[in-house]
Amino acid sequence: MAFESLSDKLQNVFKNLRAKGRLTEEDVKVALKEVKMALLEADVNFKVVKQFVKSVEERAIGQDVMSGLNPGQMVVKIVHEELISLMGSDTTEMKLAPGQQTTVIMMAGLQGAGKTTTTAKIAGKLKQKSKKPLLVACDIYRPAAIEQLHINGEKQGVDVFSMGTGHKPVDIAKAALEHASKNGHNVVILDTAGRLHIDEAMMAELQEIKACITVHQTLLVVDAMTGQDAVNVAKEFNEKVGVDGIVLSKMDGDTRGGAALSVKAVTGKPILFVGMGEKLSDLEQFYPDRMASRILGMGDVLTLIEKAAENIDIDEAKEKDMMSRMKKGKFDFEDYLESMKQMRNMGGLGSILGMLPGMGIKAADLENAIDEKQMKRTEAIVLSMTPAERKNPKLLNPSRKHRIAKGAGVDIAVVNRFIKQFEQSQKMMKQFSGMGKRGFGGFPGMGGRGGRKYF
Amino acid sequence: MGEEKKGFFARLKAGLAKTRNNIVHGIDQVFSGYSDIDNDFYEELEERLIMGDIGVNATSEIMERVRESVKTLQIKVPWQCKKLLINSIKEQMQVQETAYDFENKKSVIFVIGVNGVGKTTSVGKLAYNLKASGRKVLIAAADTYRAAANDQLREWANRAGVDMISSKEGTDPASVVFDAVSAAKARNVDVLICDTAGRLHNRKNLMEELKKMNRIIDREFPDAHRENLIVLDGTTGQNALVQAKEFGSVTDLTGIILTKLDGTAKGGIAVAIQSELKVPVKYIGVGEGIEDLQKFDSNAFVNALFEVQDGEFEED
Repeated sequence: MAFESLSDKLQNVFKNLRAKGRLTEEDVKVALKEVKMALLEADVNFKVVKQFVKSVEERAIGQDVMSGLNPGQMVVKIVHEELISLMGSDTTEMKLAPGQQTTVIMMAGLQGAGKTTTTAKIAGKLKQKSKKPLLVACDIYRPAAIEQLHINGEKQGVDVFSMGTGHKPVDIAKAALEHASKNGHNVVILDTAGRLHIDEAMMAELQEIKACITVHQTLLVVDAMTGQDAVNVAKEFNEKVGVDGIVLSKMDGDTRGGAALSVKAVTGKPILFVGMGEKLSDLEQFYPDRMASRILGMGDVLTLIEKAAENIDIDEAKEKDMMSRMKKGKFDFEDYLESMKQMRNMGGLGSILGMLPGMGIKAADLENAIDEKQMKRTEAIVLSMTPAERKNPKLLNPSRKHRIAKGAGVDIAVVNRFIKQFEQSQKMMKQFSGMGKRGFGGFPGMGGRGGRKYF
Repeated sequence: MGEEKKGFFARLKAGLAKTRNNIVHGIDQVFSGYSDIDNDFYEELEERLIMGDIGVNATSEIMERVRESVKTLQIKVPWQCKKLLINSIKEQMQVQETAYDFENKKSVIFVIGVNGVGKTTSVGKLAYNLKASGRKVLIAAADTYRAAANDQLREWANRAGVDMISSKEGTDPASVVFDAVSAAKARNVDVLICDTAGRLHNRKNLMEELKKMNRIIDREFPDAHRENLIVLDGTTGQNALVQAKEFGSVTDLTGIILTKLDGTAKGGIAVAIQSELKVPVKYIGVGEGIEDLQKFDSNAFVNALFEVQDGEFEED
């Protein structure tokens, strides 16, 4: 939904512009305005957006526009790259204490962020790495929080340490460390109560734990759906308690997850894990590039940009040959098949048409207009031809056409129409020959498939 | 103004204290920082609203209204826009008089939402409120998924002093609802509150399960007044809108419980939802105490949100 609106908008903004050499200030400004809205709709904090957009603007103006992209898409490409670099270019592993030393991990976050569930999930991960974790129930406030941790611990096959609700969390933590060293646990995970970042007393509780025992990793659990307030939460926790890493929970929803960017921007700390579901195994590594695409909300377009950047996988010589024959209006059905294949590799015709510079076709229109079935059918027709026929369309006499129609499972009229259109586009190519600049997939017309009306 | 009313306003204001400092401080700056009503002024105002989680769409709508009023009323000074803006949002957020009718009827309150928004806590608080106003309340613990959800709800039921129908972890939640409805009828209960498991709105089978529970209530208790409340986390951003839409496609939402407004979150998303889906906020959660669930008062909410002094903008 968001994807369509953003790419539609970009498309509309740039529909009158032909592909050109460099990004002008005007191009960048116009495109970034839409990008800004997209980021805001993804809940990236406003201040973060503003700063981010400014830095992209500086980088983008004057950049060369890659062939195959329009200025708007070029800006999006830059935005995407910047987003990734902002979120940390690589996945980060959680640091454990070296050697036989016991690692102490403290979980922190707002109520309902998913701390208790995440605690158990991390324990499961560590267990897989042949660690022996101990879960510690330091949430003495929420009714039944301790039971929840016990049940989750049992499901994961991990020990849980609790002392009821009658002790201070810091005392529970201390006792847990002793328990751990006696029983050979090498990772201790403290599940603390959810708390508001502005609740001084509760924040002091975390500070106290950190002051009394050595905490190696303080993980802030942040609900991926958090809105503009994510920065305040992250900032306060980081300033008051100190945060070493971030876990983004509830990423299995359909939120765009702009909070990830906000939190990362404010704390500068790595995002270690993302929670992807209710099952205790649903905890994954964080991939900055995936997150960047999700926040920008243009996954498909981004894939296409990438592919355009890699430049479609065509043999240079082969392409040259094809181009020259095209100019002379001599391309044949083999070429047709080839370019169809390329199109498919790039993710379907619909998305490519939307990408074509200056085309100005709305994604929604395209979906209606382009009949992938129809394309399959024309492909079947070509495939039903013999190699000789494909090379030399002139061979096609009525009897051959009948055979082809049978082979493709279509009416003879369909075959006739297709061949006629193909011949027409051949003629058209000839007329174009003077201006045959390097096109997108080699076949600017693609006219043969009966789809001219869509252009 | 009675004691209770004052207490409520003070509490809400305290709860929203930090909120004010953020959004409102900025808003006041905008109003005083410009001498003319020009595009820059509008743009900055717009930005501030977006920062309050009000969302791009709802913000544009609000700005549209403000611009129109500025034109028709021929307002020249930015400061006067503040009143316009605030009144416009207040009006939009107004809760209808019939919103709380269920309190005096035989009703079933179906409480739904995604994970971790505070459903169970809200059910406990709601039960307490209704019990305190003399209603006979029964709670159905239809969250049979989350570990120890039953224990948590039982604790709330005890605090509120109401009965609870529950079943073992892992049983079909629809059967709990069925049992609870039968019990509610047999015990002549006034209000049955169903707590449900948190579920992400994009989980199809879990949403189907909600439909099933919904059907059972409809079938077994057709003459009960239905109240379907979605619980939304006040710190949630634009995804709350999607949540409301999706849950709304499964049950007819009659209201919102907006929780966790005691932090720095602005709860502005409520404005966006009201604007796009016309589902009113009926309760807000401003703390962890059992009495910290308040009926929504648009006047107080918007006043607190924008730090309007008492009487600064008395309605004419």
